[in-house]
Amino acid sequence: MIDTTARMLKPTTPEEVQSLVAEAGAAARHIEVVGGGTKRGIGQLDPVDLVLSTQRLDRIVDYAPEELVLTAQPGVRMADLEKLVAARGQMLAFEPPRWTRLVGSRGEPTLGGVLAANLSGPRRIRAGAARDHFLGFEAVSGRGEIFKAGGKVVKNVTGYDLMKLMAGSWGTLAILTEVTIKVLPAPRAETTLLLFGLPDVRASEAMAIAMNGPWEVSAAAHLPAFAARARPLKAEMPTTALRLEGFEASVAARVDGLLGALKGYGRIDALDGEHSRDFWVQIREVEAFAGDPRPLWRLSLPPAAGWRGPHGLPGDALYDWAGGLAWLLTEEPAAKVRAVAKALGGHALCLRGAPAFGPRDGALGALQDRVKAAFDPLGVLNPGRLEGAA
Amino acid sequence: MHMPIPEAALIARKGEIVRALQRIVPGEGVVAEAAGLVPFESDGLSAYRQTPIAVVLPETTAQVSEILAWCHANGVKVVPRGAGTSLSGGALPLADGVVLGLSKFNRVLEVDYANRCAVVQPGVTNLGVTAAVEGQGFYYAPDPSSQIACTIGGNVAENSGGVHCLKYGLTTNNLLGCELVLMTGEVVRLGGKAMDAEGYDLLGLVTGSEGLLGVVTEVTVRILPKPETAKALLLGFPTVEGAAATVGDIIAGGVIPAGLEMMDNPAIRAAEAFVGAGYPVDAAALLIVELDGPAAECAELTGHIRGLAEARGADFLRISETEAERLAFWAGRKAAFPAVGRIAPDYFCMDGTIPRRALPQVLTRIAELSAQYGLGVANVFHAGDGNLHPLILYDADIPGDLEKAEAFGADILKLCVAVGGVLTGEHGVGVEKRDLMPEMFDPTDLACQQRVKCAFDPGLLLNPGKVFPTLHRCAELGRMHVHRGKLAFPELPRF
Repeated sequence: MIDTTARMLKPTTPEEVQSLVAEAGAAARHIEVVGGGTKRGIGQLDPVDLVLSTQRLDRIVDYAPEELVLTAQPGVRMADLEKLVAARGQMLAFEPPRWTRLVGSRGEPTLGGVLAANLSGPRRIRAGAARDHFLGFEAVSGRGEIFKAGGKVVKNVTGYDLMKLMAGSWGTLAILTEVTIKVLPAPRAETTLLLFGLPDVRASEAMAIAMNGPWEVSAAAHLPAFAARARPLKAEMPTTALRLEGFEASVAARVDGLLGALKGYGRIDALDGEHSRDFWVQIREVEAFAGDPRPLWRLSLPPAAGWRGPHGLPGDALYDWAGGLAWLLTEEPAAKVRAVAKALGGHALCLRGAPAFGPRDGALGALQDRVKAAFDPLGVLNPGRLEGAA
Repeated sequence: MHMPIPEAALIARKGEIVRALQRIVPGEGVVAEAAGLVPFESDGLSAYRQTPIAVVLPETTAQVSEILAWCHANGVKVVPRGAGTSLSGGALPLADGVVLGLSKFNRVLEVDYANRCAVVQPGVTNLGVTAAVEGQGFYYAPDPSSQIACTIGGNVAENSGGVHCLKYGLTTNNLLGCELVLMTGEVVRLGGKAMDAEGYDLLGLVTGSEGLLGVVTEVTVRILPKPETAKALLLGFPTVEGAAATVGDIIAGGVIPAGLEMMDNPAIRAAEAFVGAGYPVDAAALLIVELDGPAAECAELTGHIRGLAEARGADFLRISETEAERLAFWAGRKAAFPAVGRIAPDYFCMDGTIPRRALPQVLTRIAELSAQYGLGVANVFHAGDGNLHPLILYDADIPGDLEKAEAFGADILKLCVAVGGVLTGEHGVGVEKRDLMPEMFDPTDLACQQRVKCAFDPGLLLNPGKVFPTLHRCAELGRMHVHRGKLAFPELPRF
């Protein structure tokens, strides 16, 4: 639940953040940490005494395109950041989604929020997730201590990789005050090949063929008919999409190779340039599911098993990550959705309509709790946010 | 370099410890006699040696679990070991500890092409993973130079890199899951075949933790389809600055090559004398650039990079015409360490990363330090990602030479940190860079890392003496120092 009664503070320095956290610890108070506040509805937050926004920690500290690194404060807005790197022909290769329309929130996500939630888009299958581009940080732990980890260079194994721990911690371990990320050259050209009318299992096969060849497919998605109806596709049937990116001559050569490999899958169309970009923004943002009142699930599964998940769960589904990410609208009980995902070797996250995370149990659950306690023993930060429920 | 003072009481319990291990791993799985322990005294950092109490070589996860549970209950320290190729002393034994070797975990358990992954035991070699999948046109991307010998379990522990990690990432970017045995003997599974898992990313945390958090008993790695073609360019420059500027131009121009290596003149000469790769022995710096992908892409980019290099004064250029020639170009670079081993009795391989723009400045300073210490140095450099490997030449038989080499190495790593870089890009901290950690991290930073250690191994029994210059007891680290006194920012609104 979003607590609308708690007061929101917007510190402007790491020292102010530290002071607020240290005092909260001393007074047994609790803090909700927000960036753009666009994902506040995900996870169950216990009541808090204070909302701490990183919005005013919004400086670009250093951007060295030729070193492939960018250091910024966490409150930098994603739109501003992407504009900055695009001007130098670069990108955040993990293609971070916004999900604002999807979850019905307003505002602009921040870099800190994207990292804290480890948000990654369609290029995840080729370029990795946010966690793979997170090189270093400075933060205030739940103990009210300023600490740092990692570095400001692209290759570093000095000390524990606490960046991985912060990515996907949803603000429950520490409040990021400065982060360094890897930036990469943006592709010069892109083409998306479209296959039509394939049932889910055939689409899964086609995506596997594309992924298992040397064509460097950078995104692979499958949409059922209802989701393919929207622009720019306007297709009245299931549509499977495969994206190729890079230098013009290379894309052209790989398109030819892939077309050859997919003979037997019927008519194949192509989207180029702007049309291709628009299409993948829609996939990234799961536009087809925005505004639907049903509970919304994100199933992370072994790619080849992806189509099986939704088939055990009545509702509407679409697939990204070559099948490894299944988006599902279903009224089925949460415990059943989680059980189906687990049985297939994955897990389910609920973005709307049920508790977000599953229960923590056993030796692994206890270990996760000890890791939380190592950074935030008093439970000051985002209390309850990662708490699971069946 | 000093290790923590061994506990005499533990060493005195050798008989009891060996018997307990033999009960868990019967037969020849426990090595306790002096001669048998010799091969385990050292790893790839051969300057340091230590005989452990015993070596145990289990074959099953259940045995690993029992061994760790017994050691945990009995306060016995454990050093995990893969192939023992660590260049930072990660597998250096302890006089009062046992070595847990994973060499018998050497099976590929499953190859799953539909999900583009392989499930392997940790003792499988890095190259062994590729060997298991190359028949179907796949490979495992991270390629440390020791890949013929080093194991996947060790790669996970050290987050190993290699010449192709600029484009394809380190070990951590190519893992999907693992089975991990905690010091208590509890077995947990992290990740799997899906692209992410629920909860904190402990798989990412454990990768590169240098054997201090748990023992990996199974690994699921991503496998990739092999690129259609690969081409390599050799570019010789009369100045280091010209080579360094070319690297910047390539990357700023939007190209991420599959490999982008630099060697300085002493390294070029040593490698050429050793393997005859056709390197220009008079060049001040040599770049090896590898491009992979469709033939059309390689052809386009080869011309582009050639143009950039010539504009920066390159006066030697060769482009591989055949696969054999491409491999020959790499042979010199991949053999750089043994090649340098031929021109000096001993060498230390350093591993700092620097912002690439600082390279000319850093190489100049290394040359000054070389003159000051009276020790030779050859530099090989993963230029694309700024990972510098100065090889310091010394002679362990000359009294004082080892200490001089250690001091020279420490100066180089401090220099890397001073220009905005880090102590280690891919070899790990181990014992080698342990005492330099305060150059990069203040006591609070180190305490945060050690509390993670405490969450996994509160008795500090797993690989102690590595990574952290001082091991604080976990109870001491857990204390909260809460000050209710003055407010630091009285102008801020409060609760």
